[in-house]
Amino acid sequence: MRYESPKTTKEAAGLLAKAKGNAFVLAGGTDLLVRLKSEVIDPDLIVDIKRIPAMQGVTKTAAGFRIGAATSCAELGENAALKKAWPGVVEAATIIGSDQVQGRCTVVGNLCNASPAADSVPAMVAAGAKAVIVGPKGRRTVGVEKVVAGPGKTTLKKGEVIEAILLGKGGAKTGDAYLRFIPRTEMDIAVVSAGICLTLGPRGIIKEAKVALGAVGPTVEIVSAATKVLVGSTLDEATLEQLAVVCSAACRPIDDKRGTIEFRTEVAGVLARRAAKIAYQRAGGK
Amino acid sequence: MAAVLVSTTVNGDAVEYSCAPRESLLDVLRNRLGLTGSKEGCGTGDCGACSVIVDGRLVCACLMLGAEMDGRTVETVEGLADGATLHPLQTKFLEHAALQCGVCTPGFLMASKALLARNANPTEEEIRFALAGNLCRCTGYDKIVRAVSAAAAELAHPAKSGTGKKTGGKKAAGGKATGKKKG
Ligand SMILES: Cc1cc2nc3c(=O)[nH]c(=O)nc-3n(C[C@H](O)[C@H](O)[C@H](O)COP(=O)(O)OP(=O)(O)OC[C@H]3O[C@@H](n4cnc5c(N)ncnc54)[C@H](O)[C@@H]3O)c2cc1C
Ligand code: FES
Ligand code: FES
Repeated sequence: MRYESPKTTKEAAGLLAKAKGNAFVLAGGTDLLVRLKSEVIDPDLIVDIKRIPAMQGVTKTAAGFRIGAATSCAELGENAALKKAWPGVVEAATIIGSDQVQGRCTVVGNLCNASPAADSVPAMVAAGAKAVIVGPKGRRTVGVEKVVAGPGKTTLKKGEVIEAILLGKGGAKTGDAYLRFIPRTEMDIAVVSAGICLTLGPRGIIKEAKVALGAVGPTVEIVSAATKVLVGSTLDEATLEQLAVVCSAACRPIDDKRGTIEFRTEVAGVLARRAAKIAYQRAGGK
Repeated sequence: MAAVLVSTTVNGDAVEYSCAPRESLLDVLRNRLGLTGSKEGCGTGDCGACSVIVDGRLVCACLMLGAEMDGRTVETVEGLADGATLHPLQTKFLEHAALQCGVCTPGFLMASKALLARNANPTEEEIRFALAGNLCRCTGYDKIVRAVSAAAAELAHPAKSGTGKKTGGKKAAGGKATGKKKG
């Protein structure tokens, strides 16, 4: 196994493209090194992206925010502007693991690890986050939901690496929220989760809505029926009832030791309701 | 397997080593640098026994490669005491019997150090959350939490630490190491 730490994204993509055998990007390593240790993977090349300046830190852009792919989740939690604009995304990112894990892990690693229970992914999808992908054929930008193909699988091609995550500006009329259910209070993997982003028009009427559920299917479930239920409403009790119904109906979970199909389906509706209330308040609704 | 040459700073000292690309920082610390304070409880990020501070951030040494350390700075439990004088966290762990077998202790000490660096006066709840990544099979945690609170108080008011225990501040620290064995 070879270890490389390139200084530019292009160099990283070049190393990955040219690699013979198994090549992996190393961000925080909190998934990759566990798999390396347990011999689930046997890499020939590891490309550490933490020395690439373009992948470091959170920057404000004309369109909103740019999160470098090597930025730790702890740093996201320390960024007041990002936290103010996208509290749901930051909460989801800073719910991952322990302080030790937080100091290393990244939202891009969370996304590319492609676990159905990845915490930051439903929140990023709801917030309309995009991934900037650099590869041998240049650069492309896609919605983060397009990156995950199934459990443990991404749509990234050989030689492609994610350079950054882009988020919009947010704003006083937009609010997002993320909630997960775990049997403990911390250090556990989501049994069900819900990310919601709402934008309000005049008189507290919901103008835009996006609901994404985690751990209830092979990839994040975007509930388009929930958008229909929410838009045009002021999040009254009947709307919340209906939201829970359509979210539960959208679930296609598995039965495992963490939760049954029945439990996950029911709790998805409950979390969606609760997250919607938080997002609505954050968007300035009452 | 090409070895990687690394120049780094360990507990304030410049250190150079060469390691295999897939060797963890924990293995480098223990097997190459002889710093066996950091323990391997799980090797998968779950127990925190390997906790060290890299460039000011608490991390699991089992979840980093030795190769990643070039130009970076690591603090381990071996750097906590000042010569023969124990750090207040160490003194308070002893006074409060916050350890039994001691395997988890270096990790708890480093995690507590990182906590107190960003929050000098944590509540009990904040301590419990900050230490959620550290597992202890012996103490039941309460004594650890109390020791961290007491150390925070001691660090804030070094002269008159008010934990009710006999305190000698810095002087007593060395001798206390043998004083308490049972938890
Ligand atoms: C103790 C512990 C607790 C955890 N708790 C949680 C939890 O509560 N919630 C949760 O969701 N996860 C949890 N995890 C899993 C893990 O921490 C997260 O998935 C984390 O976000 C992964 O980020 P990373 O930067 O460490 O990824 P890495 O391990 O560096 O990478 C993960 C995968 O993504 C690929 N990759 C990384 N960056 C890029 C890039 N820029 N371009 C292309 N591919 C890339 C890597 O090649 C690898 O396949 C936990 C892990 C541990 C060890
Ligand atoms: S040995 Fe590193 S967390 Fe357990
Ligand atoms: S003292 Fe034995 S594990 Fe904590």
